[in-house]
This record gives sequence, C-alpha cells and structure tokens, in this order.
Amino acid sequence: MATDTHGAAESAAGMPQLEFGTFPNQIFWLVLALIAIYFILSRIALPRIAAILAERQGTITNAIANAEDLKAKAAEAEESYNKALADARAEAQAIAAEARAQIQADLDVAIAKADAEIAAKSAESEKAISAIRASAVESVREVSVETAQDIVGAFGGKTDAKAIASAVADRMKG
Amino acid sequence: MADNGYEGAHGAEGGGLEFHPMDQFIVKPLFGGDAIHWYTPTNVTLWLFVAILAVTALMVLATSKRAVVPGRGQSIAEMAYGFVYKMVEDVTGKDGIVYFPYIMTLFMFILAANFLGLLPMAFTTTSHIAVTAVMGFGVFFAVTILGFVKNGASFLSLFWVEAAPLPLRPILALIELISYFVRPVSHSIRLAGNMMAGHAVLKVFAGFAQVAAIAPIAILGVVAIYGLELLVAFIQAYVFTILTCVYLKDALHPHH
Repeated sequence: MATDTHGAAESAAGMPQLEFGTFPNQIFWLVLALIAIYFILSRIALPRIAAILAERQGTITNAIANAEDLKAKAAEAEESYNKALADARAEAQAIAAEARAQIQADLDVAIAKADAEIAAKSAESEKAISAIRASAVESVREVSVETAQDIVGAFGGKTDAKAIASAVADRMKG
Repeated sequence: MADNGYEGAHGAEGGGLEFHPMDQFIVKPLFGGDAIHWYTPTNVTLWLFVAILAVTALMVLATSKRAVVPGRGQSIAEMAYGFVYKMVEDVTGKDGIVYFPYIMTLFMFILAANFLGLLPMAFTTTSHIAVTAVMGFGVFFAVTILGFVKNGASFLSLFWVEAAPLPLRPILALIELISYFVRPVSHSIRLAGNMMAGHAVLKVFAGFAQVAAIAPIAILGVVAIYGLELLVAFIQAYVFTILTCVYLKDALHPHH
C-alpha cells in the first residue's frame, strides 16, 4: 500500500490533522458511521438490552416473591405443628388429671373402708379391755377383802365383813 | 503505522535516526490514487467501518442470546449500557433519558475508535480534529438549539448568575458567554489532542528502538505508554460523554 501512494500526503511535513483537503472526506464518512451506529443501537441493541435487564429484574422479583411465599408457608407449618403439640400436651394433661382423680376416689373409698374396719376392731378391743379391767378390779377387791379379813382375824379382832368391805372400797377409790 | 516504522528502520541503517511519528495520521485513499474527494474511500472509511463492526459485535451479536444469566460479551454490553444510562440519569435527570441513544452512540463510537486505534497498524479516527470537531460542534449546536426550543429566551439565564452580587453579573455573563463558546473547541481538541499525543509518543519510543543500545528501554517505554494509552482511551471516551451530559443538563435546566 505504501509503495503506490507516493504523493504530497505521504510526506507528513506537519500535522496530517491540519490538511484541510481531507476534511470533507472525513466528515462525510464520520457522519455516515455515526448514523449507522445510531440506528444499530437505537433500533436493535438498546431496546434488546433494556428488555434483557427488565426481564432479569422481573425474574429476580418473582424469585424473591416465591421465596417470601415459601417462607410464609414454612412459618404457617411451624405454627400448626406448635399448635398440634400444645393440643396434645393439654389432652395428655387432662387424661393424667382424670386418672389421678379416679385413683384418688378409689383410694378414698378404700381408706374409708379401712378406717371403718379399724374403728370397729378398736371398739371391740376397748370393750374387751374394759371388761378385763373391770374383772381385774373386782378380783383385786375380793382379794383385798379376804386379805383384810385374814389380817384382822390374825390380830385377833372380830371380823366385821361389812365394815371391811366398805373400808376396802374407800381405799380403792382413793 | 508499521509501514512507516519499517521505512524508519531502514533509514537508520543508512545513517541517522529517522522519526515519522505523524505518518500514522496520514489520510490515504484505500484503492490507490492521490486525490481525496469527499466520497473517496480512505483508511478513515475503513476504520470507521471497523468501529461500526466492533460496536455491532459487542452490542448486537454478544446480546443475541438474550440470556437472563449473561455471558462475558453480554455482560460487557450490559455494563456499557448501564454505565452510560446511569451517567445520563445522574447528570441530566429523568428528562434527559430521552437523549440516551444519542449519547450512547457517541460513547460507543469514541470508545471503539480509541481502542481500535491502539491495534498495531491501525488508524485512529478520533485522533483527527475533523472527526472530533464534528462531534464537539454537533453536540454544541444540538444542545444550544435544544436549550432555546425547551426554554425559549429564558435559556439565556444560563449566563446571568443569580447567585452573584448584581454589579458582578454583567462581567460574569461575559465570562460565561465566552466559556460557553469555547466549549465545543475544548470538547473536540481534548479528545483529538489526547489521542494524537499518545500515539505520537508511542511512535517516538518505537523510533528509539532502532538503536540497539537503548532498544530495551525503548521497548519497555512502548509497553508502559501502551498501558497508559489503554487507560486514556477509556477515560477520554468517558470525559467526552460526561461533558456532553453536562451540556445537555445546562440546556434542559439553564437556571442555576
């Protein structure tokens, strides 16, 4: 290319930028190029990129909405799980209380019965004890009277049965 | 670019060092001949066309799958879209979004042209003041006309600084007016100047590589400057775009 373009332009004595003869040429082609780029950008590239960006924004928004939805569902599930758990616990407590009440009632009945039996038995025993005590006191009195008569007889006194009996009774009272 | 570099190397064998740092900017007809008419296909045409292909490949082909989870190409396209969209929204406000396709066109073209110019033997279209001036003055006229259409005569309040004390306002108005008309010049020269300077420096470093003794340093320099130029390629596209947004904001909301 350099070999066949000998001319004034090849020497570049000053600044090629200031060779005004080339200006119309440059301006003409530049304007064409700018118009071409403008149409390529404004008709094809820019709307397409805007659409891509909008679509991406939409996708991201949708994904975030989906995530929020799933999060809400998870929270709901957890809530119902907790509710079921609380219900079950309450029911268990109710059953336990009922069972306890039942047992308590049975126990009360049994205790009452046992108390009654014990009371009956102790009354019977007391009766027996008092009978035994009465017979014991009687025996003591008889023995005391006999002993007293014998002692009085031994000292040579006249035995007045009636007076001795009343004296023993007096002593036993005191 | 390299054509002339090789000639320089041959020249070095013959005698002294030869630098042709500006040869890379020469506009040449693609299919022979000397005359450059307004319609002649030149290397400018070729590299403008490559820039169109690059923008199409990135913004159209890479996004053709319309994947919700993007691949590498689509990610870059989306990043470019989001970058400029946010810039327009942040700087000009919601009502500036209408002009987003125009600003995106400027950004993608400048970015593609700057990066393509860094390929060896490539021609950097954005290093030419004719190219950047068309864009700079295009923005200037578009924004000025838009300002008057949207705001009528009250667009002129852009130059009348309400916040300043009254005696200072005429002076400030003059300064604002001058700075307003300087805008397209600085806007276009900033881009062309940055690209031209970077590429010329690369070429000068490459020229020093003709001398064996300093060739390693020169090549290291080329690598370092090339890295810097990659950064500049993006930054200048960004600067051009954000200034366009700022000017657009002035047109839409001229009241300070």
